[in-house]
Parts: sequence; C-alpha cells; structure tokens
Amino acid sequence: MTRKTLALFDPALFGPALLAALQKLDPRRQWQNPVMFVVYAGSFLTTLLWLQACLGGGTDRPGFILAVALWLWFTVLFANFAEALAEGRSKAQAAALRGMKKTVNAKKLAIPDAASAWQSVPAHALARDDLVLVEAGDFVPADGEVIQGVASVDESAITGESAPVIRESGGDFSAVTGGTRVLSDWIVVRVTANPGETFLDRMIAMVEGAKRNKTPNEIALTIFLVALTLVFLAVTASLLPFSRFSVAQAGAGSTVSPTVLIALLVCLIPTTIAGLLSAIGVAGMSRMMQANVIAVSGRAVEAAGDVDVLLLDKTGTITLGNRQASAFIPAPGVSEAALADAAQLASLADETPEGRSIVVLAKTRYHLRERQLHRIEASFVHFSAHTRMSGVDMGTRTIRKGAADAVRALVEAQGGHFPAAVAQVVSDVSRRGGTPLVVADGKQVLGSIELKDVVKGGIRERFAELRRMGIRTVMITGDNRLTAAAIAAEAGVDDFLAEATPEAKLKLIRDHQAQGRMVAMCGDGTNDAPALAQADVAVAMNSGTQAAKEAGNMVDLDSNPTKLIEIVETGKQMLMTRGALTTFSIANDIAKYFAIIPAAFVSTYPQLGRLNLMGLASPNSAILSAVIFNALIIVCLIPLALRGVQYRPLGAALLLRRNLLIYGLGGMLVPFAGIKCIDLLLQLAGWA
Amino acid sequence: MNSPADLLLLALFMAAVLLPAGPLGRYIADVMENRPLALLTWPRRLEVHLYRLCGIRPEAGMRWTEYALAILLFNLLGALATYAILRLQPWLPLNPQGFAAPSADSAFNTALSFVTNTDWQGYAGETAMSQFSQMAALAVQNFLSAATGIAVAFALMRGFARHALDQIGNAWADLTRATLYLLLPLSLVLAVFFVSQGVIQNLSAYPDAHTLETTRYEQAASDSTGRPQIAPDGKPLSVAGSTALQTLPMGPVASQEAIKLLGTNGGGYFNANSAHPFENPSALTNFVQMVAIFLIPAALCASFGRVVGDPRQGRALLWVMSLLFVLLAAACIHYELQGNPALAPLGLDAAAGNLEGKETRFGVIASALFAAVTTAASCGAVNAMHDSFLPLGGGVPLVLMQLGEVVFGGVGSGLYGMLVFAVLGVFIAGLMIGRTPEYLGKKIESFEMKMCSLAILVTPLCVLAGAALAMSLAAGRAGIANPGAHGYAEILYAFTSAGNNNGSAFAGLAADTPFYNIALGLAAWFGRFGVIVPVLALAGSLAAKKRIPPGAGTMPTHGPLFVALLAATVLLVGLLNYVPALALGPIAEHLALFAEH
Repeated sequence: MTRKTLALFDPALFGPALLAALQKLDPRRQWQNPVMFVVYAGSFLTTLLWLQACLGGGTDRPGFILAVALWLWFTVLFANFAEALAEGRSKAQAAALRGMKKTVNAKKLAIPDAASAWQSVPAHALARDDLVLVEAGDFVPADGEVIQGVASVDESAITGESAPVIRESGGDFSAVTGGTRVLSDWIVVRVTANPGETFLDRMIAMVEGAKRNKTPNEIALTIFLVALTLVFLAVTASLLPFSRFSVAQAGAGSTVSPTVLIALLVCLIPTTIAGLLSAIGVAGMSRMMQANVIAVSGRAVEAAGDVDVLLLDKTGTITLGNRQASAFIPAPGVSEAALADAAQLASLADETPEGRSIVVLAKTRYHLRERQLHRIEASFVHFSAHTRMSGVDMGTRTIRKGAADAVRALVEAQGGHFPAAVAQVVSDVSRRGGTPLVVADGKQVLGSIELKDVVKGGIRERFAELRRMGIRTVMITGDNRLTAAAIAAEAGVDDFLAEATPEAKLKLIRDHQAQGRMVAMCGDGTNDAPALAQADVAVAMNSGTQAAKEAGNMVDLDSNPTKLIEIVETGKQMLMTRGALTTFSIANDIAKYFAIIPAAFVSTYPQLGRLNLMGLASPNSAILSAVIFNALIIVCLIPLALRGVQYRPLGAALLLRRNLLIYGLGGMLVPFAGIKCIDLLLQLAGWA
Repeated sequence: MNSPADLLLLALFMAAVLLPAGPLGRYIADVMENRPLALLTWPRRLEVHLYRLCGIRPEAGMRWTEYALAILLFNLLGALATYAILRLQPWLPLNPQGFAAPSADSAFNTALSFVTNTDWQGYAGETAMSQFSQMAALAVQNFLSAATGIAVAFALMRGFARHALDQIGNAWADLTRATLYLLLPLSLVLAVFFVSQGVIQNLSAYPDAHTLETTRYEQAASDSTGRPQIAPDGKPLSVAGSTALQTLPMGPVASQEAIKLLGTNGGGYFNANSAHPFENPSALTNFVQMVAIFLIPAALCASFGRVVGDPRQGRALLWVMSLLFVLLAAACIHYELQGNPALAPLGLDAAAGNLEGKETRFGVIASALFAAVTTAASCGAVNAMHDSFLPLGGGVPLVLMQLGEVVFGGVGSGLYGMLVFAVLGVFIAGLMIGRTPEYLGKKIESFEMKMCSLAILVTPLCVLAGAALAMSLAAGRAGIANPGAHGYAEILYAFTSAGNNNGSAFAGLAADTPFYNIALGLAAWFGRFGVIVPVLALAGSLAAKKRIPPGAGTMPTHGPLFVALLAATVLLVGLLNYVPALALGPIAEHLALFAEH
C-alpha cells in the first residue's frame, strides 16, 4: 500500500461523492438513518405541496414552498454527501490494498521439503495447511507460517517500511503475509488462511464495510436521536390542532400551514448530528488506517477510547530494545580513563548493541576515538556462551570483559585477586536493575561497566499525558522485581508486573476487568496470544506471530508499541466528535424556535412578533432562513466530522468544560448569527 | 426584579427544606436498606409479623421484571379497590350527608388519579365524597402511591450502587418499610401539629351556620349537564343568587392533610384545597405545608448519596433542584407582584400585586411561592387559583410541571425522574470527553438509552396528544371557561398536570365530564407507569453492570460543572418540547396583556 495520505478534501474524491450522494436517495438507504428519513419524507411532502400549490391549492405561495422543498432536498443530499465523502476516502484506501492482491502462482509442495518437486497453482486456489515454497523474487502467495528456511522479506507493501525483515521458522518471526516479497534465500510456508480470509482480505473487508456495523455508542446515540425526533414529531403534529384551536379562539390569522410545520420539524430534529453520524464513524476508521493500524471492527476503535489500563511491554516500548553502557566504575587504584580505554579495546570487535554502546560511551566520555582495527595487531576473542566473556589479545595484554563470576574465576585462576570493592559495585549495580560487566587486564581487575536499560526519550511525558487522560500504565517485564521497580520509577509508569509469565499477564488483565476496567495491551509473541485475546483492546504487532495477530483486534503495521497511545486518542476523538455535534445540534434548536415560532403564529397572535429577536424580515424569510441554515451547517461541519474534534489530554473535567463552552454555548449562539445573515442575504436578493 | 424583602420568604423556606434533608435522607436510606437502627427495635418486630402474615420473604431480591410486576399489580389492585369503594359509597358507613356514588367516569378518574399520586380532582370533596371514601379510598392511596414512588426510587438507587447483580430489592419490603417507618410516623406528627393549629379532625355531620349578613353573589350559569354556558360574545354567563345560611363541611381533615403534603399527593379534602381555612388556617400552617411538600423529595437526594456511597452525588442533585426551583419561584413571585395592568384603570393599586384568586391570609408572595412549590413537587395542593395568576405567573407552574416533575418532584418520582435526566446529560456530555459515558461507574449503553428515552418520551406524548385531542373534539372544547390564549392554557394545564402526575388544576376548566375524566385518568396512568416500568428496567440493567472505579478520565458528577450541565439538560430536554405550546398560551397572553395596557 502506498503511504500517500489523502488530503481531507481531495478534489479527486468530490465527483464520486456527489454521484454517490444522489445514489443514496434510494429510500432503503435512507431508512437506515431514521432521523434523516424524516427529512427525506418531509422533502417528498413539501414537493407534493408545491405541486398542489401550483395547481392552485394550499395557502402558501408556490415559490415559498418550492424554496423550502429544495432546501430540504439539499439537507438530505448534504448528509449523503458527507457520508459518501468519508466512504470515498476509505474506498481509496481499500483500492490501494486490493492493488496488492496480485494474481501470483504459488509453488505448491506435496511434502515439507524444499528440495522436493513443486507444482504451480494459482494463489487463490491455496487452502489452509497447504505447503508452498517461496524463493527469492517470489511473492508470498498467502498468509502463512514459515516451517523451513530463513529469508529476508520486503514487507513494505503492508507496512510502508522499506527495510527488509528476516522471517525464519520457529520463534516469533515465523509469520509471513500474503502480498509481501521474498528478497533473498527461500522459505517453506504452511498456509494458515483459506482464500478470502487472508489478512489482506480482512483489511479490505474492514475498510469497505466500516459503516455497515454500527458501534455500541453509535447505536445508543441513534436511539437518543430517534427519541428526540419522535418527541419533536409529536410537538409539531400537535401544533396543527393547537393552531386551529387558537385561530378559532382568537378569531384572527390562519392555521399554520403544513409547509411551515414540516420546516419546523426538520429544523428541530437533530439533523446535524444524524446527517454526519456515519461519516464520523467511517472517518475514524480511516484515520486509524492512516496511522497504519488495521482494526478488525469499528467497535474495537471505539473501545480504545474507553481504555483505563494500558499494559506495555518493557522492552521495545518503554526502554530501547537493548541495554547500554552507562558508567565506568574503576577498581581502587585504577583511573577511570584506563578502565574506559581497556573496555573500549575489549569491545571494538563486539558488534552486539551492548558492545557498541561501550565504545560509544568511551568516545563521548573520554574522547577515545575508535582505533583502526587493522593497525593494532590484535586478535579478538568473541563472546561464547561457554566462557561468557569476550575481549582482545594484544601483544602481552589480554583484556577480557564479561560477567562478574566468569571474570573472577579467570582472574583467580591466574593467581590474581578480585577486589572486594568491585564485588560491592557489582552487587550494587545489580540491585539498581543494571547489568554489571567486569573488565580485567591479565590478572588485574580494572573495574566494572554498568549496563542498563535506557528509557526511551519522551516516554515519561507520554505517561504523564496518559495519566491526565485517566489511563493507568502498567509495565510488563520478565525482569526481577528490583530491576523492574527501578525502571518503572525512571519511566514513570503507574505500576509494573515483574517476572511476568503468560499466566500472570492473563490474570492481571482479568483482575482489572473484574473491577470493570477496560484493558489495552500490545504484543507480538505467541505467548502473548492468550493475554491479547483477553484484553479489550489488543494491538498485535505486524512483525509478530500469526497467533498474536489472530488474537488481537487490531494490527499495527508499523509494529510500534507506542502506537497504542495514538489508537486511544483516535478512539476518544471519534466519541468526542459525536458528543460535540450532538450537543451542537440540540443547542441549535433554541435559535430556530426564535426564528420559526413567531413566524408561524404571528398572524394569529400579532404580539408574538416580539419574540422575533433576530428581526427577521418576514415570516417566510424567517422560516426559509432557518431551513437553509439547517442544511448549510451540515456542509460546514463536514471537515470537523472527518477530521474529528481535537483531543487534548486535559482530564475529564477540564475537557468537558471546554467542549461544553465551544459546542454547547457556541451551538446556542452560532445559529442566531447564521440565520440572521441568511435572512439579510435573502432580503438583498429580494426573496424575503 | 424582586426586592430582597420579597425573597425573604423564599430564603427562609429553602433553609427549612434543606436543613433536615441530610439527616432525614440518611434515616430513609437506613430503614429502606434494612440497616439496624436502635430507634426501630419495636417496629421492626411488627414488620416481621406483617411479612409472616402475608407470606413475604423480604430478603429475597427481585429482578426488575418481578419488581415491576409487583408494583403494577399492587397499584392495579389499589385502583380497583378505590373504584369499588367510591361506587359503593351510598351503602358504606360514615356518610353523614348521604352522598350518592360518583359517576362511573368520575370514580374511574379519581381512582387512577389517586393511585398514580396525581390527585387530580374532578369532583368537590365536601359535596361528593363521604368521610369513609375520603379515609379508606383516598387517604389510603395517598400513602400507597407515595410508598410506590419511594420504592421505585430505591430500586433505581440500588441499580447504581450494586456491582454485577441482577436484583434490585424486594418490592413488598420496600413498600412496607416506606409506609411503616417514614410516611406513617411523619404524617402522625404533622397531623397533630395541624390539629393544634385549628385544622379540623372529626366525623360529624355538616352543621348549618346562620351568617350575619345575607351574601349576594353571582355564579356561573351552567346548563343541565353542568357545563358552563357561554354567551355569544365568548364570555361565560352568570346568574345572581343570595343566601344567609352557610353549611360547614366537616371531616377527618388533619389526618388527610398531612399525607396530602408529605406524599406530594395534593388531593384536598375540600374543593378549595389548601385555600380552605379548615385545611390551611394560618400563615404558619401555610409555611409548614410548603415545607412538608419538599421534605421527602429533598431528603431522598441525600438517601441517594448514602446508598451509592458518595454523599456528594446526592448533594449535586439537590443543588440542581434548588437552583431551578429558586429561579422559577422567584420569577413567579416577580410576575405576581406586578399586578394586573388590565385592572389599573379601575383604580386598583398595582403595587399590591395580583391578588385576584388569592387568599388575603397568605397574600401574593406566599401564594406565588405555594404555587411554585406545589407544581415543582408533583403535589398539586393549591392555596390560590392558578387560573387567576398573571399569564407568566401561571406559566411558571406550567413550566415546572413540564420539566417532568423533577425539580424536587413527587416523592420518589422526582428523584428517579432527575436520575433519568442525569443519565441523559451524562450520555451527551460523556461522549464529549471521549469515553463511553458512565454515571457513578455504570456504563450508559444502548439499553439504558432506550429506557431513558422511553421515560422521557411518555409524558410529553401523553400531554401533547391529550391536549391536541381535547382541542380537536367538541367534548374537549366544551369545558373551557375563558376564551383566547387563556382557554388554550387551561386545556394545556390540565393535561400537563395529569400527565406529569401533579394534579393541581388551573381551575376554569370544567373537567368533570366523561371526556376529561377518562382522558385525564388515562394520561395520569400512562404518565406514571409509562415512566416507572422503563425506570425499573434501567435499574435492573444498571445493577447487572460492573461498577467502574472513578479515575482522572471519568467525568466528575458532583461539581458545579455537572450541576450546570444537569440543570441545562433538564431545561433543554424538558422545555424544548413545550416551547410552541407555551408560546401559544401564556407567552401570547402575557405579550397581549402588557401590550394593550
């Protein structure tokens, strides 16, 4: 998939959206949104009323009825357009995905042996448990698991990441995705998905079907909107007898006309939110896609907004993947520079991240430049699990660095002495959560190097932000309690789970859930799968195993565990946008009443003209202005619906006050200005 | 605006209501939740005997469906019993005046109206109801309808308080405890106080008194069917009369008066209700009556705080109620103090305020405040003619009822109504902070929204459909006494009062006709149980949910922001439905009255 992000209003999306807006006038489509269906029915009725007026019936001028009818149709079309625009963006994303489904031929094997004969079958004919051979340059024909071999795979089509990744049998890197390409070597893959059920298929189905399944909150909100619509239906319907009665009592004026009643109804029912509701949902999914996260359902995205507890793996999420040298602690009588020098020499050939970090530390601390390897006549001793040491032999010097007990054994075997002070430092470092390495030159112990986990930059602030959002962070680590506590304190997480086993993780999640909390976690290993399946929001890393991806309800294509925070924000944004537009929609009704009520009844009770606070030109222009405002506000709010209300980690109370002011108070005031402006324009145009 | 002196009574009144709310609320919570209280060792024994007698196991919890069925059956039986007693009145004892049985439609209306805590009265008590009917039919329902409200309120409170349980208490135990430990003792104390102040309490026949002067009067002319006759110019016809005899109605008034107020029932012993000197003799009793109306509804807020384990939650609700009430009561007092500009040309001093239809014993301020109190709570007792209030002064009682009787509201029903609004407010606002909305740790999801929507929908539908029907039918239009926007207000008021279970009357409307008796009776019944059933369903579904512990991400529901939010929700959702109706009634009338003069 290309990483091209679609602009909010990509002109390319406009044309199809306009066409789709017209296609959505199908009553079966309209019926899915009961509130807009009322507007739709109102448009039909006013059109009929116009025809009736043209034939000489009715009380209102045909021109007025036509204007109301047209603007009601526009209201329906604008809502359709908003939905179509949001869907258009998703469809573009789905099309990009589908482009990846190349019809490739697979090399199907009869037995799990790369050397055996294969036959060529089309990829879509592969079923679960079939075996295929994928060699350099081949596309992986289907999702599967590597059972033999190792290969570098270009997964940029899925992840956008251009660096190839290694896939090998066994372990946590055995999953391959259909549509990716093997760059070198070969692998034998056992297919794990039937045709039409592959990861890619599910992604496409998810993106295209985003609006079909309403999320729980969307359903609850729809119920509320339908209830409001029913009430206003009763209000306007009862106005007809009320008006007839009032006219009879006052002996003046005329009964309120059906056109005015329909206009009032449409203005009062929450069309703004109802028209934009599905667009908000589709746009939320689409934003997830742009963040390179595939959710299996809108429900999962919404649940992300509700998360109370975030379980994060220590390694890779909170700390950089590897431990790094942080200090040289010399033995008594040895200068720190001498220790650093020896440590650097011992690490020059050490390509492990730990080894590199020692060289880097020596360089930054003592400006010890990397020596050219070929100039110093040295032979390097590589680390082995047996000796648990590495080092360098340079002339007479034999420098070794390694685990404390291994170095002690080495030194004492040569008749040297392991200083008590160094032993003390070693145990201190361990207690702090670091890993001590001891450096010895011959039989002299020079001192120790402290390796420790390096907490990622900015992560502490992220956690503080999460805390303000009301989300607890729990660090999961296999380390012992002491180490875990030290890192937890440094990273600023709220809690930690040390010596975590899959069972302990599962129990932790269940405990939180029993208290009613929603738990999110991310994981990649097969051993994470039970916990992922239990968590409410489970983000599997795309680099992870198939089991993890199956268990999760989202997959992060970038395999970036901190993405969880973004996911939570997107979920919250989706809910906030719905709430904000609902509040705005209801608050709008006040101004609309002030426009329409005096206009509708001023002929019966002239004194009601005093309620015409906006000073609208005439009853007809007042009603028309309210209807036009009601239609245009949908268009004006499309960008907000697609982009979402901006989330700020302020804490619930502050956020609520802010949004109430903007959308509640704003929703009361904006239509006064808007309706007045439209009325002035109508006057200018001479239609008032 | 009002001078501080005009608001002194309001301030004193609020103090008298809010001070006892805390302790009384905690007491109610403790007795309803069956916590041990030293005070109650002897009555507890009585309670146990009662249960044994009726075969009730009070500790057996009910699911919401069972609870709702129990409440419905109980009230249906109550309605049948009331109807039977009224229709059998001539053959039952304690009927010194020998009243005949009320008509079938009147008895139907009265039965439904008293069972639903509405106490709309299409009859005049002193000329239609025997003392037995008053005591055995009406007063009994005054207790039981109030107990029903309290029981339902507690069922809902438990819904919020419980964690993943599907039971919401035992309806029979709730009804028994509310009556035994709360309504009976308070009524006893209050009745004795009323007797000490001159409210009558006897079972005598009505004596005739010879008046010193012959009274001459004009009365509305009515045709043979009892309908007022309207002259061609739209004004009601009247005929002259005179008398030197006055019949003094008697009866057990004080005992009925106490529960009429404490249970927010409002059905007066006499037609004049609390304007009658035998019901409400002095300024002191008037004050105590107003406090008695708000006493339990205010206390139940504190009970709510105690049951859910966070007193601040209860206080927030009490704040919302107080805020809305003070604003509207002050408005009512303000408009009534203005005086009627139409009367100014006749030489009346407008500074005296609008005294038409008010008792001089109470004056303008105490009458206006009483009107606000009785309509804020779904009481409906009146000490003045709301029909004679100025348009906006009479509009305030209308608005207070249209808010759904949640500003203090009926005993129990005010609290559960307010909680429904709170759930609604939390739902909209909760979305705005980016979480599935939750109130007191309970997630508000589609089932809860369905039930809340039903509870909010039912009453306006009853009111608007009823009023529309009445205005469309000749039978409905026949009852109107005043022409124009005021006649409209009369019909709207009647259905608002019945649908919201208030029971106060605008007067003016001749409502003792088969049409109004049946229509208003049905409006009261559906306005009551059409809300109670969804509320119990809400309670059941909430109880079954986990209670999420609060955190920084959960919306606080006790601070000033929440108070403002809830007040705004009540005003917006409650009033938006009625704006057009109000515009055609009180607002049109007000603008006309003050524009013409």
